[in-house]
Amino acid sequence: MHKEERVSERICEYREALNQALLEEMERDPAVFIMGEDVGRYGGVLKVSKGIYEKFGAMRAIDTPISENGFTSIGVGAALAGLRPVVELMYIDFACLAMDPIVNQAAKARYMFGGKAKVPIVFRTQGGGGRGNAAQHSQSLEAWFAHVPGLIVIQPSTPKDAKGLLKAAIRNDNPVVFIEHKLLYNTTGPLPEEEYVIPIGKADIKRSGSDLTIIASSYMVLQSLAAAEKLAVEGIQAEVLDLRTLKPLDMETIAASVTKTRRLLVVNEGARTCGYAAEVVTRVYEELFDELDAPIRRLTAEDVPIPYNGALEDRALPNENSIFQAALSFFR
Amino acid sequence: MQSEQQLYQKMIYQMWLIRFFEEQARDFFMKNKMRGASHLYTGEEAVAVGVCNTLNKDDYITSTHRGHGHCIAKGADPKRMMAELLGKASGYCQGKGGSMHIADLDFGNLGANGIVGGGIGLAAGAALAAKYRQDGRVAVTFFGDGAINQGVFFETANMASLWKLPLLFVCERNQFAEFSYTDHYFADPDLSKRAIPFNFPAFEVDGNDVLAVYETAQQAVQRARQGSGPTLIIANTYRIMGHTIGDPLDYRRKGEAEQWLTHEKDPILRFEKWLTQQNILSAVDLETIKREAQELIQQAAQFALQSPDPILSALWENVYA
Repeated sequence: MHKEERVSERICEYREALNQALLEEMERDPAVFIMGEDVGRYGGVLKVSKGIYEKFGAMRAIDTPISENGFTSIGVGAALAGLRPVVELMYIDFACLAMDPIVNQAAKARYMFGGKAKVPIVFRTQGGGGRGNAAQHSQSLEAWFAHVPGLIVIQPSTPKDAKGLLKAAIRNDNPVVFIEHKLLYNTTGPLPEEEYVIPIGKADIKRSGSDLTIIASSYMVLQSLAAAEKLAVEGIQAEVLDLRTLKPLDMETIAASVTKTRRLLVVNEGARTCGYAAEVVTRVYEELFDELDAPIRRLTAEDVPIPYNGALEDRALPNENSIFQAALSFFR
Repeated sequence: MQSEQQLYQKMIYQMWLIRFFEEQARDFFMKNKMRGASHLYTGEEAVAVGVCNTLNKDDYITSTHRGHGHCIAKGADPKRMMAELLGKASGYCQGKGGSMHIADLDFGNLGANGIVGGGIGLAAGAALAAKYRQDGRVAVTFFGDGAINQGVFFETANMASLWKLPLLFVCERNQFAEFSYTDHYFADPDLSKRAIPFNFPAFEVDGNDVLAVYETAQQAVQRARQGSGPTLIIANTYRIMGHTIGDPLDYRRKGEAEQWLTHEKDPILRFEKWLTQQNILSAVDLETIKREAQELIQQAAQFALQSPDPILSALWENVYA
């Protein structure tokens, strides 16, 4: 009868996992509230905040005008004054309008005020391409934020990670840029029934392998896992390392994997030049050069704005097939 | 409850503190004891002092790059401020912020700001927090007539009014935006109209008349505490010392600044004249107050000079909480 000791789980959408994280944290801590465009009455453009307005009311599910600079600044001010806002920027592209409060204010306040300020705020946003949203709604700007001291950057790939990391982000006393992916909201995965939090700064091995390591985050993890299945057919066992947190970077897990497989492919959906992959490659060369049997490869988006046409967009972004080919090239 | 006499004494004392603080800052800067840039509040003292004396200790303010005056008026310790100007470990920011980033969170001061207009939204956020917690606090955002052209002013004005936030927008109209007269940049120079589209009141006040500022701010604070929403105050004043220390001021009309330092216009001299005329304080009293302020600033300067620099390991501290 008691043979099945494993944690009870149920299958859940990424969207719903995020929704649960918000509901649970708002239930737990009255200082947590959400604000952004259509997050209240409408329940969020991607329905991540569904039911929150009904449960917690207009003061804790604040619908804002389309004023990204203004409402993001207001969120940062509320955090400085002791609340724990979760500010939704509907697309990461729109964060361009709010760079002052994120980069100049939230990221700097603690340091430049000599450690007395805390800015416990989460900027929830959504990036990536693949859905024909074209150049102003498809960017992967994680590297911009990871470049800024004072910010934490998270990119979850599964429902379980999304929930556990969003809860951790809300409880963290620093500004967190929490980047979801537009192609992940409908994906499903097992979600523990009991409460859990996933620590920030810990990567996760999503598939074990001995022949090469593929490092990815967000939707590129799913593409890498699909590529790994194809590689297995070719007799190549790829290990897929999901960064989950981009800043701070978990070099410990990376080192363990690279030391084991001795080959590394880094995949990132952002543009190539000065992208996040460049940082991972450099860190591995600096710290683990002697562990490598082959030069590192990186696979990124092309250095172009994301095009609308489906065939062009497919070519612009890394995918299962290009990851498969890049991985295969280590062995052929 | 302080008497009117106590209030007036405090006001004139704070105004002198600010005046002497800025003189000392200028001296340190000219002697290369300060780095970067510093922006002096000389001649605008009545705005900070008039407004901040209507506030409680736990009410919020956000300040500007020209922030020393707001900081002193909100209750900051000039010693720790001066130490910050010299980059010392005993400074408000442990030497990591400097002139443009002094914050004093224990007194509700959410910081000076190096970004013009950068504090406007932050103050509205603090006002939102006050409304959220229903704790009766208000927030004041000080900004200049340069910052009032930033988009964030308009965005924040709309939301503050929409949500009836307990917020005062205090525009210090000192007539300059960096190295230009601001009247080059207004499609309509009547700045009080900037509240009209957002449906909240605006008051224009002589920003060199500390009592006029005080009374106007009192009305606005009362309105905010009652839950009636924000108020815009346009305080007309003049930036005596240029944008930064070392500003050549060659864009400024000759003889103009001197007119603002006369007994008719200088906010400190005007207030002193009024206090003696009303027999509230004697010339001797005023001289004593002035000397006390001067001495405190001298002590602050000594404290700053004698304080140690931060240890190098502080470089990596407090990037994250």
